[in-house]
Amino acid sequence: MAEKKKEVLLKIKDLHIEGYSDEEWIEIVHGVDLTLHRGEVLGLIGESGAGKSTIGLAAMGFARDGCRISGGSIEFDGMELTTTPESALRALRGSRIAYVAQSAAASFNPAHKIIDQHTEAPIHYRIQKRVEAQEDAMQLYERLRLPNPHEIGFRYPHQVSGGQLQRAMTAMAMACRPDLIIFDEPTTALDVTTQIEVLAAIRDIVDQFNTAAIYITHDLAVVAQMADTIKVLLKGNEVEEAPTEQMLGSPKEDYTKSLWAVRSFQRKQKPRPKGKAAVPVVSVQDIDAAYGDVKVLKDVSFDIYAGMTVAVVGESGSGKSTTARCITGLLPPTKGKILFQGEELPASYKDRTKDQLRQAQMIYQMADTALNPKVKISDIIGRPAQFYSGLSGGELKSRVDELLDLIELDPSKFYNRYPPELSGGQKQRVGIARALAAEPTFIICDEVTSALDQLVAEGILKLLDRLQRELNLSYMFITHDLATVRSIADEVVVMRQGEVVEQGPKDKMFKPPHHPYTDLLLSSVPEMDPNWLTTLLEERGVDNVGEAANTGGKK
Amino acid sequence: MGDILSLVAKRLGYGVITLLVISILIFFAVEALPGDIAEAVLGQSATPETVAAMREQLGLDRPAVIRYMEWLAGAVQLDFGVSLITGDPVSSAISQRFANTLFLAAYAAVIAVPISIILGVIVALLRNSIFDRVANVLTLTSISSPEFFLGYILILYLAVKTSMFPAIASLRGDMSFVDLLYRTFLPALTLVLVVTAHMMRMTRAAIINLLASPYIEMARLKGAPPWKVIVRHALPNAWAPIINVVALNLAYLITGVVLVEVVFVYPGIGQLLVDAVSKRDFPVVQACCLIFAATFILLNLAADVGAILTNPRLRHPK
Repeated sequence: MAEKKKEVLLKIKDLHIEGYSDEEWIEIVHGVDLTLHRGEVLGLIGESGAGKSTIGLAAMGFARDGCRISGGSIEFDGMELTTTPESALRALRGSRIAYVAQSAAASFNPAHKIIDQHTEAPIHYRIQKRVEAQEDAMQLYERLRLPNPHEIGFRYPHQVSGGQLQRAMTAMAMACRPDLIIFDEPTTALDVTTQIEVLAAIRDIVDQFNTAAIYITHDLAVVAQMADTIKVLLKGNEVEEAPTEQMLGSPKEDYTKSLWAVRSFQRKQKPRPKGKAAVPVVSVQDIDAAYGDVKVLKDVSFDIYAGMTVAVVGESGSGKSTTARCITGLLPPTKGKILFQGEELPASYKDRTKDQLRQAQMIYQMADTALNPKVKISDIIGRPAQFYSGLSGGELKSRVDELLDLIELDPSKFYNRYPPELSGGQKQRVGIARALAAEPTFIICDEVTSALDQLVAEGILKLLDRLQRELNLSYMFITHDLATVRSIADEVVVMRQGEVVEQGPKDKMFKPPHHPYTDLLLSSVPEMDPNWLTTLLEERGVDNVGEAANTGGKK
Repeated sequence: MGDILSLVAKRLGYGVITLLVISILIFFAVEALPGDIAEAVLGQSATPETVAAMREQLGLDRPAVIRYMEWLAGAVQLDFGVSLITGDPVSSAISQRFANTLFLAAYAAVIAVPISIILGVIVALLRNSIFDRVANVLTLTSISSPEFFLGYILILYLAVKTSMFPAIASLRGDMSFVDLLYRTFLPALTLVLVVTAHMMRMTRAAIINLLASPYIEMARLKGAPPWKVIVRHALPNAWAPIINVVALNLAYLITGVVLVEVVFVYPGIGQLLVDAVSKRDFPVVQACCLIFAATFILLNLAADVGAILTNPRLRHPK
């Protein structure tokens, strides 16, 4: 192993990549060097826009449409990829260098069975016949601990869960036993419990076949589990590179240190207001809900008091967002009631008064899709102010200015701009301002930071915290990220399969004893310790990881 | 599969309702036309007595609603009444003409659909190349020119100047199938030129629309050559819009061919409709309209079902 590692597989020197925008070529990667030995895993880390994926794809001699490799050299196993003709490059892809994408659900072709997509490359390269390739695929599925390895490949992608698809994609990358795999944020879209099994599977298979890998992510704790070496990138430049232990223990550059420090924001936990006068702002009482005939919520109850943040956590499909839809009246519950400051709200938003509607606002996960790209920022924020408060003309303008100030965006700069011109964090701020424009007392934040980089997310959390203090807002904070819960929640509600599993003040929830499911969630959050995954897998036992443990119910 | 059958049954039900609504519209629209049918039939020489007798004979003295019911009951059994001009049953007059129209439409479709889809795939593959632009310009030119103009151009070059094909597509009962194909080639070619552009451009757009999908990038990163990326990875996901445009164009081939029939003197249903309108042969007009409506509804239904059948999510539920 140690011998093998010395052989250089990939050597990138002074790589420059340009992107085409506004009718000119702009450099987006400014001279990055990279050396990767056989069997070695390099972690590429940085925020969005750092050029991680672009560099990862360049290692395959590939540039996305609208991008071009403009300088430097990429040497893969003695072959100079920048001067190799396209047809020869194509012959490398899928056979000697493979790619694992962020969202397996989007990267598997919905029209073909999983196994047919798996065997495509081996058949195309005439490495194996169809039957052999299928048998090999089943063996890989088994190795990656997919359930029913002999049958699962014959399903279509939409018939398989996200975590399983991600493992199937890793298996697909292995189909031709490549020398190098590019993992492009392979677990970012997954729940923590699912993430573990994908991480374990990836690490396992990379070890077994001595495959070299470039592991791209923005999650430091994840990269700490996977990589031998970590390289930090910022806006297309290298910040620093060091072996994992050294990088975690003593980062040299200020930027790296700031990345490490992100998870430090924590606000003081507030207790519930005491006394008989204290009525919860929102009280969800025993609600059931269903989509058609499918029951999705069962006996969900919790209270949210004034000025407090209640975090609702759970995996995707646990009913977090559905509960929010019930509270806002978008999905009338089939049973139970929702009280607002002690008064029962009509089940459907159609029957609620304007004032009831005004009191509860929402901020969404994808600011990109939640803001109409063709509407000016001033109109996006101004419309609810106009609708609920009846403002117009100069009053409306000064209110919009005030709201823009509140979310720390300069009114003179942003008043007349459109959402596509804004960064992700700025868009999310506009989403917050739109919610505030109605002057609500209660805001539902649905995964508001999960699409953002850590530094940007931190800014949003701080902003939400400040607004809560200044305006005495109550938040229902839906998230699957327990680090976020740690930093801002007062109380925590844990949901699973449409039911509340456990709830209570945060300090209690993070201290044992827990409900087994809470325990599973908590222990699944990656930690910076490079040995965390290994230790965890040993504790849980190989067959009791993630979904497997989850379906077992008890640990 | 049970889901799909019930879905098809549901769509068929909607289709029947739509057709019913259309039958009401057609009947009362014809009813609302100015002038009296009896007078129109009898012409200038009519005396009030003969008009009254004619009205009674045609049943026009009874309320419109009752006549509609009778007409509908007949139409369900494919009995559309009697032609006012010839006195023959409408259905027998129409059936041969409609069969001719269907033949011509099928002829054109068999050529046009594969050509436009294959061409669409090729221009998607060679997008923004010279071939793409030339194909676009040519098909756009053909779709933008009026059909009669295209027809005359074809007659000029393929019939008059070179006499490769007959200019007039007259049919006789004793013609062989090959002869039939030969004689109707020019009208079929005209129709092909008219419908190809639409289908080809939709195929191209539907495929190019998908090229930014992550699974297309994945296919490229697996080393699939460009034609395979398009044919194997993009096309199967592009069927729904393509099928819809194909169905619309097929409907057009049946219902919109009046001009082509006139130019080539082809005995189709379009000519029959035009004749009937000018002669105020209302039972024939009503029957033709109803058949056109049914064609549209059926083809759109077929497109819906086709789109469902090509969607793996609906074909293979969880």
